[in-house]
Amino acid sequence: MSEKNTGVTAKTVEKIARLSRLHVEPDRLAYLADEMNGLLAWIEQLGEVDVKGVEPMTSAVEMPAPLRKDEITDGGVRDKVLANAPKTESGYFVVPRSVE
Amino acid sequence: MFTAKRVADKKDWLSGRDHDWEIIIGLEVHAQVASKSKLFSGAATEYGAEPNTQVSLVDAAMPGMLPVVNEFCIEQAVRTGLGLNAQINLYSRFDRKNYFYPDLPQGYQISQFEFPIVGEGEIEIEPEGGEAVIVGIERLHLEQDAGKSIHDLSPDDTFVDLNRSGVCLMEIVSKPDMRSPEEASAYVEKVRGIVRALGTCDGDMEKGNLRADVNVSVRKPGGDLGTRCEIKNVNSMRFIRQAINYEARRQIDILEAGGEIDQETRLFDNAKGETRTMRSKEDAHDYRYFPDPDLLPINITQEFVDGIKANLPELPDARKARFVVDYGIPEYDARILTADKAKGDFYERLAKGRDAKIAANWMMGDLFGALNKASINLDDSPVNSDALGELLDLIGDKTISGKIAKDVFEKMFAGEGGANEIVEREGLKQVTDTGAIEKMVQDVIDANADQAAKVADNPRLVGFFVGQVMKASGGKANPQAVNEILRKKLGL
Repeated sequence: MSEKNTGVTAKTVEKIARLSRLHVEPDRLAYLADEMNGLLAWIEQLGEVDVKGVEPMTSAVEMPAPLRKDEITDGGVRDKVLANAPKTESGYFVVPRSVE
Repeated sequence: MFTAKRVADKKDWLSGRDHDWEIIIGLEVHAQVASKSKLFSGAATEYGAEPNTQVSLVDAAMPGMLPVVNEFCIEQAVRTGLGLNAQINLYSRFDRKNYFYPDLPQGYQISQFEFPIVGEGEIEIEPEGGEAVIVGIERLHLEQDAGKSIHDLSPDDTFVDLNRSGVCLMEIVSKPDMRSPEEASAYVEKVRGIVRALGTCDGDMEKGNLRADVNVSVRKPGGDLGTRCEIKNVNSMRFIRQAINYEARRQIDILEAGGEIDQETRLFDNAKGETRTMRSKEDAHDYRYFPDPDLLPINITQEFVDGIKANLPELPDARKARFVVDYGIPEYDARILTADKAKGDFYERLAKGRDAKIAANWMMGDLFGALNKASINLDDSPVNSDALGELLDLIGDKTISGKIAKDVFEKMFAGEGGANEIVEREGLKQVTDTGAIEKMVQDVIDANADQAAKVADNPRLVGFFVGQVMKASGGKANPQAVNEILRKKLGL
């Protein structure tokens, strides 16, 4: 299957993994690239459908977004918000330093 | 696509080793919508709350929580778009912009990429010391703000406060139509004036409610565009100018040394006045935008847009034109007094029922001078429009002279009381009693008999006598009365 689409290389997988903050062992990169090319080739079958003049569908519901009034109805739930955090202090989330 | 046809005014060219350079600047202004609650949740937006107390489970990106659009934010985007003379798109859509950062709990920012709510527009700016320039608006889109990372509370950790997470921002993207640091700051000033007049954003740069990302590149005047660098989150007019000056020179130095500019994101160090690398090209974000499946498209009607248009307040350009006509002040004054809604409102209160030109002079001279020196905003001025008006009334009815008024103003500014109070307390009332003035004049003439004898030949000596009498009166004598009486007594 993968011979149809060779767009994804081991390098692409490495980049996507970094952007997604996923750790991938180097010896898995080629395998995953192959898998992804397979997926893409499968999806590409959709290209056979004639969609001329058909609006792209981004939602299954044909209605505009419901809107809400500008009122304060939420918040004030700090304990809940912080409940799952591994580390907190003085009401803040505490994470490993993100700048030098 | 961007073309950047206009070549900078020669005075704005930067000198180089082999040839001059011009700077090409484009700006992304982030203006926080003045809404009570967030773009997609009912949590409050008020500044300065205890950390993480204004966070809903939506803002904290808890699994299964769904965003619901705040209609007020949509309305403010349309209002702002109309104020920027821009196209309003009846169909717009929210997309996800994917990246990882500790203060972005969702792992993506909900923004508008392919279908922004506002399209192209243009505004006119008047840079200090330059000609008016038309700056194109590329688009305005809505997006949610991230949380805040604080790095100085601990040496090893970063503290995260999500109160700002989900607050609604309007990102206003300009075309690369600016050619000097002054044009860039005049543009931000103008955008700020417009959103403040519309009430869609409070424009408070100190609180970060209005901030700019500055895109800078350099090129041979009129030549091909160079590679640009983006300087993130610059939050004052002065810093914008400083950052551009520094960045342009840095790029020129690299190019003249035979190097190449790396397209990268840089940050501006306020304290050192320099820019430095934040993210290199290697880490350049690949945002992998796609339509947010949690949100349906935004469809607004032309009637909704027309309704907003019909109720737009007066914008700075229109107000400036009205000030010139109604108050008879020069265009330059009118521009300064309408750059900001607060200034315009202050002026209108002050000028009402008074000499409009004197009001403008006092505001732009003494008041702005004192505020500048003390680094105080007009909104926090110790002398408000009523208080300054009281002082102008004392000049108007000749209770005090303009010169004494300046001293009184200083005392008012220092919090020593109102104009009437200070004048009474310090006995500064102008002496208009002609008898008293006649006596002072006679005393001065008697004391300077030699000079008095020469006045007939040299009438300019009158000035000397006026000065002496004013001095003797402690500045309180009415100058016109002094002049008249002197001339009579000296036989002129």
